[in-house]
Amino acid sequence: MELLLDSLFNGVAIGSVLLVAALGLAIVFGLMGVINLAHGELMMLGAYTTYVTQLIFKLPILKPFYNSYIIVSIFLAFIVSGVVGILLEKTIIRKLYGSPLETLLATWGVSLILQQFVRSVPLAYGTGLVISLLIGLFLPTTFPSKIKESINFKYFKFSSWIFAALTGVLTGSVISSSVSKLSRASARNVDVTAPSWMRGQVEIIGTAFPKTRLMIIVITLISVIAITLFLNQSAWGMRIRAVTQNRQMSDCLGISTEKVDIITFGIGSGLAGVAGVAVSLLGSVGPNVGGNYIVGCFMVVVLGGVGNLLGTVLASFGIGIMTDLIGAGRLLSIWPDMPLPLSNTINFFATTSMARVMIFALIVIFLQFKPTGLFPQKGRMVEN
Amino acid sequence: MRISRRILAGLATASLAVTATSCGGGGTSGSFDDTVTVGILHSLSGTMAISESTLVDTEKMAIEEINAAGGVTVGGKSYKIEYIVEDGASDWPTFAEKSKKLIDQDGVPVVFGGWTSASRKAMLPVYESKDAFLYYPIQYEAQECSNNIFYTGATPNQQSEPATDFMYKRSPAAGGDFFLVGSDYVFPRTSNTITKAQVKQLGGKVVGEDYLPLGNTEVAPIISKIKKALPEGGIIINTLNGDQNVAFFKQIQDAGITPSSGYYVMNYSIAEEEISTIGPEFLEGHYGAWNYMMSIDTPASKKFAASFKKRWGADRVVADPQESAYNMVYLWKQAVEDAGTFDDNAVREALVGQKFDAPQGPVEVMPNHHLSQTVRIGEINAEGGFTILEETGVVLPQAWNQKHPSSKGFACDWTDPSKGEKYKL
Repeated sequence: MELLLDSLFNGVAIGSVLLVAALGLAIVFGLMGVINLAHGELMMLGAYTTYVTQLIFKLPILKPFYNSYIIVSIFLAFIVSGVVGILLEKTIIRKLYGSPLETLLATWGVSLILQQFVRSVPLAYGTGLVISLLIGLFLPTTFPSKIKESINFKYFKFSSWIFAALTGVLTGSVISSSVSKLSRASARNVDVTAPSWMRGQVEIIGTAFPKTRLMIIVITLISVIAITLFLNQSAWGMRIRAVTQNRQMSDCLGISTEKVDIITFGIGSGLAGVAGVAVSLLGSVGPNVGGNYIVGCFMVVVLGGVGNLLGTVLASFGIGIMTDLIGAGRLLSIWPDMPLPLSNTINFFATTSMARVMIFALIVIFLQFKPTGLFPQKGRMVEN
Repeated sequence: MRISRRILAGLATASLAVTATSCGGGGTSGSFDDTVTVGILHSLSGTMAISESTLVDTEKMAIEEINAAGGVTVGGKSYKIEYIVEDGASDWPTFAEKSKKLIDQDGVPVVFGGWTSASRKAMLPVYESKDAFLYYPIQYEAQECSNNIFYTGATPNQQSEPATDFMYKRSPAAGGDFFLVGSDYVFPRTSNTITKAQVKQLGGKVVGEDYLPLGNTEVAPIISKIKKALPEGGIIINTLNGDQNVAFFKQIQDAGITPSSGYYVMNYSIAEEEISTIGPEFLEGHYGAWNYMMSIDTPASKKFAASFKKRWGADRVVADPQESAYNMVYLWKQAVEDAGTFDDNAVREALVGQKFDAPQGPVEVMPNHHLSQTVRIGEINAEGGFTILEETGVVLPQAWNQKHPSSKGFACDWTDPSKGEKYKL
């Protein structure tokens, strides 16, 4: 029983890291069909946001709230990655809809730019830049419709960008002067330390579980529930589903597909940021952190069936449980006196490297029989 | 790209000239008879840049020190050392390509370079075919002995063997079982083969072994295996690389695998630099084995650390790989002066037997192109340094490991033409 519980927990823990990382991609790649190779770098931005938030919460004014910084950083990471994602959509991806190969190359380029950006720009000014973008992109949308429709709207827009730039520079310098660690650029990996209440273990039914792992499972669950509710219950969710199913028809019915694209991409990118918070709890934060996850993310989405959130969920937990079953040689402990050739085979695959080989092989075999994944999308879009 | 590199090199030379004139002692500065240009080849971009750039800094500092003390004197003429820095870009074929460029186009007499074994393996054929000379400063898995490479880092018998011995006989977990964890590439696998043979000789037991693919940070399956194999605590030998250590130590601490519950980790790839990245709070009470540790309390060690901080900033640290890099520049200088020429073959002959008072203590170049070194075992403390627990005498290097099944009974000797790369003892 204890063994089973332990194994199940481990599988779910591994799976939830995969799931939280792949969730954003399931939306961007699954629903919009955009092959976003910069997804990992959006995660990285989320991880760096956690780091910056952690340092800012160490300042004397915010010190009393230090323990809650990780909760705050989840929201901030969503916003930061979401804003960068929106900028990406507005400037690059929008022009490349319908040409997957070009999107792939362009987003790969973006991923390299983002990696080098965090290496060579001090994080304080990086933060300032994100704040500028946030204000510049959203301030004009808050203007009353009278101004928006006026002929001079471009001047309003321009002046709000100037305001945004000034605010960005100001926050950048304030942060830079108050937190010395953020004032210099560095390619060195940094470390996020979980607040004390999240370290150590809790005991449930006689088995000890690491708290950070539980936290990641909770973050994942909340993200999945929130995104499902959003897609199925909200008006914008309905519009997104409509555009996914039939873009032209939705356009004819008066849905602004342009806005839908921005919102969908922004949410997908924001979720990547949340994933960044989760992975920063597990390892170190560095320019390459996202690259380690990108292959796994695509694997999960493809296995789950493109365009299906339930498939993504099942695929990640499936891969997680299989990784633990194979990688830790669980079958041997469940059935200790199995015949020798079989136990030797299981022992051979019971290392992390070989378990990975096995998982990939199983996925390839599975896709031979079901090329469209666990839950293929049905309907007119597929036929097109 | 090309222009900026030229400008950079120009700036570097200019700053070098300034340092040489401003702090040169004995009135020799600025009055060199000639210059000699050496090559420095490490990764300045990509994943390895973080580690390898510290070596570039150290090598530059050693060259500046030598220049300030009058440069290299060959045949009665004093030479100022200049250098060309090339970027290996964490890409192994690039290392080979840049080596060719340094040898053929720039005509450098020596190249100081490399970090990963993969980069060295990529460069080796270049140096052998052109009969040029590479100085390689990293502790590595050995099982190699080239006439064209000079290895100043530790071989396994100068790091892992004394460490295993310490863990099994004298650590708090003495007599316990071993679990081996490493990144999945040549160094951890070779090192662990040696450790397994040694543990067997000592009468101990290795109860598990696992390798994490490079770039993977999911250590949950490894943790459940450690808990299953060592339920009451024991010895963990860790050869994980770089960032994977952060994931490993964060997660094992959360899972309750700590010194206070009887698990002691001996690390072969964690030096002062890495401790500060991972965070001493995760590492306190675990162990490391190196030839040089910043906490060595001798004037030579303190001077080395102080000059590095003075040159590159007070928050910088020095660690074993940097010490090896520092030593190799000085050993090259001594060998060239003894040989009376920059010619490779003469320098190679003069190199064997060179002695140097290194920051770690005296070192000597052996006929197998490796260094005799002192081995130290340290416990990681809360300040992010090592508390040195043990210190061996001088340990001779084994290019061919005597515990590894494939190389047992073999040795290397380049001073005797009948012996060479691999001969039977």
